[in-house]
Amino acid sequence: MKIVIVGCGRVGSFLAGLLDSGGHDVTVIDLERVSFKYLPASFKGTTLLGNGTDLEVQRQAGIDKTDALFALTQGDNRNLMAAQVAKEIFGVKHVICKVNDPIRANTYRQHGIVTVSRTSILGTLLEAMLMGDPEVGKVLVEKARANEAELAGA
Amino acid sequence: MYFVIAGGGEVGFHLAKALLEAGHEIMVIESDRRRAQFIEENLGSVVLNAPADEGRFQVEAGCQRADAVIAVTGEDPANLVICQLAKWKSKVPRVIARVNDPKNEIVFKALGIDETISSTRVLMSVIEQELPSSGFLPLMPLTGSHLELIEAEIGPNGPSAGKTVHALGLPRGTAVGGVVRNGSVLHADEDLRLEVGDRLVILAPTKDEAEVRKALAG
Repeated sequence: MKIVIVGCGRVGSFLAGLLDSGGHDVTVIDLERVSFKYLPASFKGTTLLGNGTDLEVQRQAGIDKTDALFALTQGDNRNLMAAQVAKEIFGVKHVICKVNDPIRANTYRQHGIVTVSRTSILGTLLEAMLMGDPEVGKVLVEKARANEAELAGA
Repeated sequence: MYFVIAGGGEVGFHLAKALLEAGHEIMVIESDRRRAQFIEENLGSVVLNAPADEGRFQVEAGCQRADAVIAVTGEDPANLVICQLAKWKSKVPRVIARVNDPKNEIVFKALGIDETISSTRVLMSVIEQELPSSGFLPLMPLTGSHLELIEAEIGPNGPSAGKTVHALGLPRGTAVGGVVRNGSVLHADEDLRLEVGDRLVILAPTKDEAEVRKALAG
């Protein structure tokens, strides 16, 4: 698949590494060149310097041939704008948007944008870990730890 | 009327002041504490010190009874989200967004925010109207549509003198409303031949402005 990731912070670079080693064609967009240092050394995809909410920058990233876009910058609003540009203007099929504010995540989900809030996901998981309810995060935690181990070993 | 202004920077502050002076009721939502304090000291208790891009603070500011919400922060993504939340959560009948990057006017319209103001574009059109050499003047955007009104003068060196209206090859969806020649209005029939000095009044989709400009001014 051709995948565009907006925002090359911790989450963006981690996901870019996973998808790249999975054989996908990954383009990562960030405003700051220094952010690309988070990418694993083995990353074979494309890095693009620019504002991911910008029509022209998304075009440059080849948005018209893109199967999936992830909006993962630090700013909820920037993510929501980048995601809507990709989905509503360019018709990208799979668009997933990180929104840390759980209320905004909920509102935009009701309006057709797939949002993920690390606040509510991590909070829910942590509560379950404390309460001894391992079922809640079992698969997720195992997979995440395997990915961490692979990253640390590489 | 009751207006909620999101963002108390220079634009928000002066807008608030002008609306108050015109006798309206207003509330400014400003996240920076010191800026909020400055506005309160100058305009009175018309400030909510909170982030405007969170629905509950819009509710606290009374958005449900607002006649309009005007988002004038310096960040386009914030202005977009503020307007969308105001429409969806508080059912505000009219939302107006400032766009800092003129390219985003089209984006905002595509995402359901019909009324945008681009300070860059306003400045550009003022400057263009002051420049006699350019025969191409975008006059104004038409509220509630993706169209704008353009005035263009047929210059001696441009590609359009001597052509018929049809032969200009204007993009689809563009209409020539009339041609002013020697002070009188001519009907812009397709086979009307254009002369140097003719002034055309054109309605065109905003996104096609560059194409219209090319057809008329080269």
